[in-house]
Amino acid sequence: MQSAVNLWPLLGVVVIVVGFVLRANPVLVAVAACGVTGVAAAMSVMTLLETLGAAFLKTRNLPLILLLPLAAIGLLERFGLRDRAQAAIGKVRSATAGRLLIVYLFARESTAALGLTSLGGHPTMVRPLVAPMAEAAAEAQHGPLPQRIRYRIRAMSAATDNIGLFFGEDIFVAFGAIVLMHTILQAEGIEVNPLHIALWGIPTAITAFVIHAWNLRRLDAEIARAVLDEKGAA
Amino acid sequence: MTLSIDHFYILVGLLLAAVAIMNLVDRSNPRRVTTALFWGLYALLYLAGEALPLAAVGALMIGMALLAGFGGVKAGQPKALAPEARQASAARLGNRLFIPALLLPLVTVIGATLLKDVQLGGLPLLDPAHITIVSMGCGAVVALIAACWLTRATPLQGVREARRLVDAMSWAVVLPHILAVLGLLFSEAGVGKAVAHLTTTYIGLDSAFIAVAVYCLGMALFTIVMGNGFAAFPVMAGGVGIPVLVGVYGANPAVMAAIGMFSAYCGTLMTPMAANFNIVPAALLELPDKNAVIRAQIPSALPILVANIFLLYFLMNL
Repeated sequence: MQSAVNLWPLLGVVVIVVGFVLRANPVLVAVAACGVTGVAAAMSVMTLLETLGAAFLKTRNLPLILLLPLAAIGLLERFGLRDRAQAAIGKVRSATAGRLLIVYLFARESTAALGLTSLGGHPTMVRPLVAPMAEAAAEAQHGPLPQRIRYRIRAMSAATDNIGLFFGEDIFVAFGAIVLMHTILQAEGIEVNPLHIALWGIPTAITAFVIHAWNLRRLDAEIARAVLDEKGAA
Repeated sequence: MTLSIDHFYILVGLLLAAVAIMNLVDRSNPRRVTTALFWGLYALLYLAGEALPLAAVGALMIGMALLAGFGGVKAGQPKALAPEARQASAARLGNRLFIPALLLPLVTVIGATLLKDVQLGGLPLLDPAHITIVSMGCGAVVALIAACWLTRATPLQGVREARRLVDAMSWAVVLPHILAVLGLLFSEAGVGKAVAHLTTTYIGLDSAFIAVAVYCLGMALFTIVMGNGFAAFPVMAGGVGIPVLVGVYGANPAVMAAIGMFSAYCGTLMTPMAANFNIVPAALLELPDKNAVIRAQIPSALPILVANIFLLYFLMNL
């Protein structure tokens, strides 16, 4: 029975790994992997194109969450939304980039745990509000920031949104992942209450909060050090 | 009448068509024809995807990827307000600027929770199969109207600003889409089975701790390869979780499932394959290093993964 497993399709995975390691354009890497996987699975060119086409139409819902908010967000940015967000956080004396992001992490994770996953997100919250506010908080504390520290704060803002979302949403009992786990266990003849799956996620959710919050506190120290280095060099 | 996801496919198709046309007539874009062709093809696939033969859709997707991969997709230099004018506008509008920005998530949440079961003439008001996306689409339209009303700008200016953001992200906009296609192809070609075969055949599972570690690390690794925890879960739960952890070591299936899925999420934080979480934000935040978000996440993801192994080991037999 074991010999029945076809290992050739793994070549597609190899293409992905090599492509990303060589830093080739990711879109090209993905399409090359599609081609190699199709050939390895002994598909004809026509079947492969049809499979790709069907999959492409089926996944058209994915980019909507990114594309739909852009007009409103872009317009507000043009008329000063980011400036306003920065001015607002500049008035809070105790604010630091790390503390602000810890508050956001808590808000994102707890609202996601209540099923309110769409309260955050990269186009709607991180780009117009969270990242500019984190940058402004650091700037109010330290004065002008080196460019690489600005990038670092932005990347941490995006990371905080992801971590809050991932480790929050999975303890909401009606979330898709819980439904998926429940269905798969049921198919294997194991009956589990979905509520128990959600509850047993809580220890990890708390651990994730503590670990990422710790890293965000270290971010403040990193910013202070980098600003000091910059001043020393100048 | 039901507001369905197809309506928003048309809306996004029109937006992408506008992006294509604006780039085509913009002489500040160094590759305006290929750029317009790229966004025009994407618009076509949203507006008329169902009407095309499947093989043609596949071929157009490859065409788009080649245009993007060989540097054919560039940005123009749209006219922004001068910084002084923008700051004056921020001071004039004050905190009212936050209203449309917060309306967007607010309307989304109201749609996805309160309006979920509302019916009109026997039909659901919002497409129940895509309730979050349809609600967000409504939120985006409401927010755009509110933003136009507040700033006295036209919706066309909103489309111009959307084009500025789409241009800045360039091909990163379509990367999650193409990777999702690859994910579906992977499962069709049996990549999951092959990986599960390798992990379970060549790794000894003769101590509870090693079995737990293989299960959690396998979840993360598999997700790094596939870019999606939902693809990893059935494979690792079916290959190790259920037969070994539950079957041999008597683990509580709820604990095995919950912590297993969270281990997969640690993998999501570390892979460029999860482009919509990791690569798109880097483009959206205009970071020069496309892997900057992944780099920011690894120091959290790895300790959480290790913690998961210990949590599962100590909690599974409680």
